Parts: sequence; C-alpha cells; structure tokens
Amino acid sequence: MQAETARMSVPAAIKDALLAALVMLGLSVPMLAWRTEQNMSNELILVPRWGAVAIACAIVFAGRLALSLFVWNRRAGARSVRVTRLLSIAGRAALAAAGALAFIACALVAWSLGHQASWIAIAAMAMVVAFLALLATFIVKASIGFEAARAYLAPAFLGFIAIFPIVAIHYAGWQGALKWIDNFGIQILIYVTLGWGLNIVVGLAGLLDLGYVAFYAVGAYSYALLAKQFGLSFWLLMPLAAILAAFWGILLGFPVLRLRGDYLAIVTLAFGEIIRLVLINWVDFSNGYAGISGIPRPSFFGIPFNADDDGFSAVFGLEFSPVYRTIFLYYLIFCLALLIAFVTTRLRRLPIGRAWEALREDEIACRALGINTVNTKLTAFAIGAGFGGLAGSFFAARQGFISPESFVFMESAMILAIVVLGGMGSLIGCAMAAILMIGGTELMRELDFLKTGFNIPGLGLSIPGFGADFDPTQYRMLLFGLAMVLIMIWKPRGLISTREPSIFYREKKAVSGSLVKEGHG
Amino acid sequence: MTATASAGPLLAVRGVKTYYGNIIALKGVDIDVRQGEIVTLIGANGAGKSTLMMTIFGNPRAREGAITFAGQDITNLPTHEIARLSIAQSPEGRRIFGRMTVYENLQMGAGVTGMRHFGEDIEKIFTLFPRLRERRDQRGGTLSGGEQQMLAIGRALMSRPRLLLLDEPSLGLAPIIVRGIFEAIRRLNREEGLTVFLVEQNAFHALKLAHRGYVMVNGVVTLSGSGRDLLANPQVRAAYLEGGHH
Ligand SMILES: Nc1ncnc2c1ncn2[C@@H]1O[C@H](COP(=O)(O)OP(=O)(O)OP(=O)(O)O)[C@@H](O)[C@H]1O
Ligand SMILES: [Mg+2]
Repeated sequence: MQAETARMSVPAAIKDALLAALVMLGLSVPMLAWRTEQNMSNELILVPRWGAVAIACAIVFAGRLALSLFVWNRRAGARSVRVTRLLSIAGRAALAAAGALAFIACALVAWSLGHQASWIAIAAMAMVVAFLALLATFIVKASIGFEAARAYLAPAFLGFIAIFPIVAIHYAGWQGALKWIDNFGIQILIYVTLGWGLNIVVGLAGLLDLGYVAFYAVGAYSYALLAKQFGLSFWLLMPLAAILAAFWGILLGFPVLRLRGDYLAIVTLAFGEIIRLVLINWVDFSNGYAGISGIPRPSFFGIPFNADDDGFSAVFGLEFSPVYRTIFLYYLIFCLALLIAFVTTRLRRLPIGRAWEALREDEIACRALGINTVNTKLTAFAIGAGFGGLAGSFFAARQGFISPESFVFMESAMILAIVVLGGMGSLIGCAMAAILMIGGTELMRELDFLKTGFNIPGLGLSIPGFGADFDPTQYRMLLFGLAMVLIMIWKPRGLISTREPSIFYREKKAVSGSLVKEGHG
Repeated sequence: MTATASAGPLLAVRGVKTYYGNIIALKGVDIDVRQGEIVTLIGANGAGKSTLMMTIFGNPRAREGAITFAGQDITNLPTHEIARLSIAQSPEGRRIFGRMTVYENLQMGAGVTGMRHFGEDIEKIFTLFPRLRERRDQRGGTLSGGEQQMLAIGRALMSRPRLLLLDEPSLGLAPIIVRGIFEAIRRLNREEGLTVFLVEQNAFHALKLAHRGYVMVNGVVTLSGSGRDLLANPQVRAAYLEGGHH
C-alpha cells in the first residue's frame, strides 16, 4: 500500500491511528484484560489487567501513526532513484531508532510501575535488535549494491555454517558447545534439508504437498528397522532409506496426478496422517506409540563414537567426549544439505528441472511443448520424497529413538512454512527461513533473563522477570505467527522471491549490435 | 504460392466429434491442411475453433472421427507425443511461462528436438522478431501482449515444426502489431515452406493471408474455399467482415 498519491494529513493519520487502537481495544478485551487465578479458597477469580490493555492500545496507536506519517506517506517526487533510496534507508533507520527509543523510554517508565515491565523490556530489546539488523542490511546494500550483496550471500552463508562448530567451541567451550551444535546447528540443518527437499515439490514443480513429513517418517523408520533387524550399516541404509521414501513418493504421486492446488493439498495431508496412523496402530511393525529405541548410531567410517579402546576418541588419542559425535553429525548433515543443494541446482539446468518449473507455471503449455507431465510430476514427488527420506534416516541415527510423535502434521506445516517464507524455489531463502524459524524457537529456551530479570549496568537499573514458572517456549506459536505475518507484510513473496534464471544468454550484447549494422547494407 | 501436393494432406481431420462431458462442441468436422499451405479457420465466439485446435492435440480427445498427421493416425496419441511429431502449437491465451525469461521460454520450446539446433534456431527467431532479442533476459510475464504473442510463436517454432497451429495470434493486439505478426507468418510460409493452420477472429486479415479458409458455426464447418473467394462471399462479409477493417 504505497499511498503515494493519496497522502494523509496529520489529523487524518491521528484519526486512523485512533481507529486502529480501538480495534486493538476490542481485541484485547477478551484476550488480555482478565486473567484467571485461584484465590485462597480455591475459587477461580478474574484479575483485571487494564494496564496491559492500555499499553497494547498505546503501542498500536503509536505504531500506526508512525507508519502512516513516515512510511506510507512518502512523497512521490522527481527525486532520483538513488536519492529516494537513500532517503528511504535513512527514513526507515530513523523510524526504527525512534521506535527503539520510544520503547526504551516506555520500559523505563514501566519499570517504575514495576508490574508489566518485562513485556516492555522484551519489546524494547526486539526493537533494538531489529533496528541493528535493518541498519546492517541497508548499509551493506547501499555500499555494495543489491545484486552484489546477493552474490556474496551464499558464500558468506556457507562459510559461516562450515566454521560454526569451531566458533561455538571457541566461545562456549567443549561442553557448552554441545548444545549449540546439536540444538541449533544440527536441528536447523535438518530443517534446511527438509525445506530443500520439499522445495523441489512445492517450490519448483508447484505441487502443494501438506504431507511431506510422511517421507521423513518413512526414511526414519526404514533406517531404524533395517538397522535394528539386520544390523546393516548407516552408510548403506541412508541411500536405501532415500530410495524407499522415493518409492512412497511415487506411490503418492500416482493417485494425485490429476489434482492441483487445494485438492492436492487435502490428499497429501491425508497421506501424511495415514502414514502416522499406521505407525501408531501397527504395533508389531513399528512398536506403536512407544516408538523404537536403541537405534544404532552412525560410526566414523567404521570407528564407533564410544569410550571403548577402539572408539573414536581412543583411536585418535583424544579424551573421550560426546562432542565428537555431535560435530561429526553436524558435518554429516551439512554435507547432505550440500549434496541436495548441488543436485537441485544441477537439476534446474537439466530438462527435467526446467520441466518442473514450467509445470508450476502452466501445465497445458507444458504438454503442448512435448513434456510428459505425468513423468515430470512423479519425478518431482520421488526426488523430493527421497531427500525427505535422507533427512529422516539421519534424524533416526542422530536421535537413537523415534516415535510417531516426531512426524505430526505440525512438522509438515513447519517445513512448508520454511519453503513459502523462503520464497518458493530459492535455496538460500529456504535456508534463511529455516534459521529464522527453527533457530528462533530454539533461542527461546535461552531466554533465562525473562525468568530472572536483568540489570542495565550503566544506569544501575534492574528489570524484574516473570518468575521461575514463566516458560518462553510456550509463546513459540505466538511469535511464530508474528514472524510469519511480518515476513508476509514485508516480503509477500518470501524472503528471496526473485527467481534466478537457470540460464543466461551467453553471447555479448555486441553481437546484436553488429547484426543491426549489417542490416543497413 | 503453389502448395506442393504430396500423397495426401499433411493434416486431415475427418468427421471429428468432441464433447465436454455430455455437451457436444464439435459435431463432425472435416478439415484438410496440405503441405505448404496457410489455412485459416474463422468463426464466431464459441463456435468451437479452439476446441478443434485442442482436439488435434488430443486434449480433449475426439470421441468419434479420426485425425491423421503426415499419414499417421494421431487421434488417440497422448498430447506430449503429438507435440513430438513436428506439430507445434501456440495455444489460445499464449500461455507464456511468466516467471521464466524470454530465453528460457524459447529453450522450453526446443525441448522436443533435444536442443541440437538450438543456437541456429534461436538466431532465426531473433531475426524474425528482433524485439525478442532485445528482451531475451526479461521475464515472460512482464512482456507486452504483442511481445508475448511473438514469444508464443517463437517458442512453438523452436521445435522445428512442419505444421504450426496458431490460435488467435491477433487477440488484443494493436493493428500495427497484428500486421507485423501476420507478415512474419507469411514469411515463414514463403521462405521456409512452413505449413500453418490459423484460427482467427480477425477474419479480414486472416482470409487475406491464407490460401484457403474454413468457416465454423456451432461446431460444424459451413463454408470453405480459397481465401479470396471467402472474402468476396456475401455471407462471410455479412457475418464476419462488418464494421470496415479496410
Ligand atoms: N473446458 C470446457 N468445458 C466445457 N465446455 C467448454 C470447454 N471449453 C469450451 N467449451 C465450450 O465449447 C464451445 C466451443 O468453445 P471454443 O473455445 O472452442 O470456442 P472458440 O470458437 O474458440 O471461441 P472464441 O473465438 O471465443 O475463442 C463453447 O460453447 C464453450 O463454452
Ligand atoms: Mg477460442
């Protein structure tokens, strides 16, 4: 809504902001205004929280006013693109700074009130972080240009992921790093892998799949069962799990060949649930809810990660520590992700990859151009599912325990959200979305200061926390939703929405120039 | 302008009936397109012209009758296999791949031939439509209507077809662009001997361009003849040429 023609006067903006605050009031009365608590005689009572309502309304009012005055109200003038851009950068940074300052001020005021201070403090922190991030991206973009920034994005990304364990060990020590490498690194990379797998089906071929977690489950159970029953090695079972998952992908693909959009989504959703229900109910096969434990862990090319004499630590003359296995797993999933990225970028340049993308755009045109749409869809399902199976086998090997609990619809939704927020088809966008979503939710476990409160050293202030029974992870879904809404407002087509052409015209422009000249003769 | 008559017509449509569910759209259509000809099919909205084009490509399929191309029966062939028989189509509504560049769109057209003559063919398309050369790295969806039509024709030509089916290439285009596109079709026909089957609303231009024409009304062919004869035909004039294109 770039209201460049319809500018808003200050009174109109205030009126508009009041209206927004009114809406917020309406919303916050049922959600925020009362809280149920038990009193001495074990009765439920309503504790009014009008302060929270007032703060929420004030935030909405101020935010809306700032938006309509500074963001939606930019003048359409004859400024050069560069100047406009610089102004908008400056404007946005100033806006963010103003917001941050406003929140800090609010926080200080609220601190004296004592009661809801923590909320304000969080909001203030978030604003400061957002401001810094915004400023950093704008400075990078303004100094080296947008295209150049994009070109550096992927290598910088890869470089960081490659050295992440070293960084973690350096800062957190060998023991402390375990959590960072495992909960953050490996967890995020699993979702990156899954996102890239689903990206082939949804992002490239445009087939909306809501049951992708089924293939993740097939991969995980394939590895778990085959490894336990037959004692086959991880390195053999990983590709086998991928092949089995791909087979199930084709199996799903056949009945849905004629379906598109919503109908396809419903059938794939059902497929995901069917696989999970089978795993729950076919106890002889999968051990039902109880799941499978004691799944063999992968070895370092035959050397197990244990404290024995022939274990990894002993062989390499190191002191035993579980961190070696974690680091190994980290680089293993990193390599898997790289493999998938490599295969995907390769496939995009081959006829099959181009057929997927063409299929996403127009199925009828595809057929008219001699593309076998049946095979095209089935290969998309198969390869996407195969990658899911690969991730699944890794997951089972890393956890050592799996149960149907891990393969619920929420997981499919999460992976799909990663693909959509990443920008449907962009590998780097997917990875960014995965880091944001998974890293963000993991980060919430780290927010201990929310319980204990914290001090602002320079000012000698201390801001109270919510108390020990406050669990930030409970707000996961709330923040998750907020992040999605924000991304969809800020980048409606995903974080990276521009599609890289799979091929460029190789000859120089000069060729066309010479042809034009020849035309004169 | 001599149509080199070979053993039989390049494309023969015999007694074709096509249904959408229970509704009949083509009620027994006979059409011949001989090697080297430009043949046009004109008719009012909803007459069944596009249906015939699509039926030739097997989607929807003819429920009765037969379609042969170069002597081969293609009535029951899957669409993508028909597309590999050196018949190319620029379908109704152009159906450009909007997020792909002009260059990639043309590449999609060359898929059938396995890209063997890609460099040579794309050069030919760029000479035929210089606008496409200027815009080769632009996304298809951001092209103007006329440019999209050029791209649709160019994409179809990339498969080195013997027969080109065009569905309303003039739709929504300014007269000068239409003239340019029709001129390109004529050149392809003269210089390359390309056989063209052209479905058109723009009866005046189509009949002037074509060697022969058919008039379709309500799923049946009611008139046929040389382009010049049809142009002079009072019935055709009354139904399709009112309003003065000339
Ligand atoms: N997919 C479909 N399902 C049902 N009926 C259809 C379908 N496509 C076309 N029809 C019907 O078939 C008849 C012929 O349609 P067709 O598109 O072939 O007309 P046309 O001659 O190409 O018209 P126009 O000049 O407007 O493009 C119309 O009555 C139309 O409503
Ligand atoms: Mg039509």
